[in-house]
Amino acid sequence: MGQLETKKLCYDVGQTKIIKDINFSVDKADIVTITGPSGSGKSTFAKLLASLLTPTSGAVYFEGKNIKEYDSVSYRRQVSYAVQQPTLFGDTVRENLEFPYMICKKSFDEQHAIKALQTVDLGAGDLDRQVTSLSGGEKQRIALLRNVMFVPKVLILDEVTTGLDNASKDSVHKMIDYFNTKHQVTVIMITHDDEEIKLAKHLYDITDGEMKEVRGDA
Amino acid sequence: MHNLIVSNTALALTGVFVLFALWIGYKQDLGIAKSLIVATIRCVVQLFIVGYVLKYVFKIDNWLLTICLILIIIFNGAYNAKGRSNGLKDSFKISLTAIVTSTIVILLVLVLDGSVKFIPSQIIPLTGMIVSNSMVAMGLCFRTMSSMFKDRRSQVMEMLALGATPMMASKNIIRDSIKTGLQPTIDTAKTVGLVALPGMMSGMIFAGADPVLAIKYQIMVTFMLLGITSISSIIGCYMGYKSFFNRYAQLIK
Ligand SMILES: Nc1ncnc2c1ncn2[C@@H]1O[C@H](COP(=O)(O)OP(=O)(O)OP(=O)(O)O)[C@@H](O)[C@H]1O
Ligand SMILES: [Mg+2]
Repeated sequence: MGQLETKKLCYDVGQTKIIKDINFSVDKADIVTITGPSGSGKSTFAKLLASLLTPTSGAVYFEGKNIKEYDSVSYRRQVSYAVQQPTLFGDTVRENLEFPYMICKKSFDEQHAIKALQTVDLGAGDLDRQVTSLSGGEKQRIALLRNVMFVPKVLILDEVTTGLDNASKDSVHKMIDYFNTKHQVTVIMITHDDEEIKLAKHLYDITDGEMKEVRGDA
Repeated sequence: MHNLIVSNTALALTGVFVLFALWIGYKQDLGIAKSLIVATIRCVVQLFIVGYVLKYVFKIDNWLLTICLILIIIFNGAYNAKGRSNGLKDSFKISLTAIVTSTIVILLVLVLDGSVKFIPSQIIPLTGMIVSNSMVAMGLCFRTMSSMFKDRRSQVMEMLALGATPMMASKNIIRDSIKTGLQPTIDTAKTVGLVALPGMMSGMIFAGADPVLAIKYQIMVTFMLLGITSISSIIGCYMGYKSFFNRYAQLIK
């Protein structure tokens, strides 16, 4: 039994079937990559895993239990979804890194936030920068940090490296590796990036709502 | 009240203004003729009915009847607020709660401190004022909320994805909706007396009351309106945001 699984997962919008009967499983501390053409249902699949949508039929299981049995809010703190094209909240970088603390009513740990910034090649000096002054790559990395201020058990990354230059991409990869090896975080990575697809050990493809294993760990 | 003389002929003469509006509408091809005629007829019929009902209720001066009338006003208000809600789920229940709460709070305060007596000729117009303002504020809140949940859908979803509760994810929307609900009352309070003399004050002055007494009442009414719109906007928004989420804390389509 994998840490996160789906069984006969289907999602329809009206008459249109967007996710078709997906059986998927990922083990703890694994890294899996999902690719597929635009509009094929990858983000929809991610939202189903993150409990942001309810399946039309079938179910998602986390640590052996249907996710409907968990409290959605605390589930999402364990299975954290970094959305495609995120927006930053408020005015400063600080407000964004504070957000995860605010929602679980903890006081902000500035040292921890600075360390987090360093894992993606940013630093203490960036903490009070205006959101509007950040480059696209910096925004993307800061958005991503919000998902890991408290270490989740599963991290779902929806095209987080799309549009980044190689340096920014590298720092994101470094961060993913760090959480995966140091904290045994399971990573589900959705991508169009050729390099990432080539390097993926465990690769799935979603086309037209159907999932196929392209490269396995067997 | 010797100052108040509205003869039937005078009334009929002001009806000429309606014909004027109709003529403009026709000339400019505004396509408002039908709704203008309906509005005019409704205005006359509704006011006549209300006038006679009030005359009767004031004469009888029975508390049970007064309360019945208050309830009718409240239900009507909630029903109207629901109509302005863009199909927000539970909007009737929410408006009813907000209107009932603000009405009870305000009436209780005013009756207990003696500024208003529990007699139909004071309580009923006051309830009407409270309910209609509460209704307008709720309508504004509901509409703002619906459009903001549409515009900021992806941001709300992002916050949910980070583990925010629906309430935290809606915090900004709730705040902005309350602000919108309060705005007209605040704007009016700022210019009161400078541009237009408000209805109640004008009415008292028309009827020959001392302007200073009239402004005292007006100040009371302005404070009251601020109270009503705050209470109803807060209740409306804090109950209303829940309609945008299901039991799994997911945004509803
Ligand atoms: N709420 C919705 N209503 C209607 N159609 C929807 C809805 N959500 C998703 N879709 C459709 O479902 C399909 C899959 O969308 P999804 O966002 O999952 O694609 P994707 O694989 O992530 O694409 P991309 O690579 O471009 O991000 C698309 O055709 C989209 O238009
Ligand atoms: Mg997508």
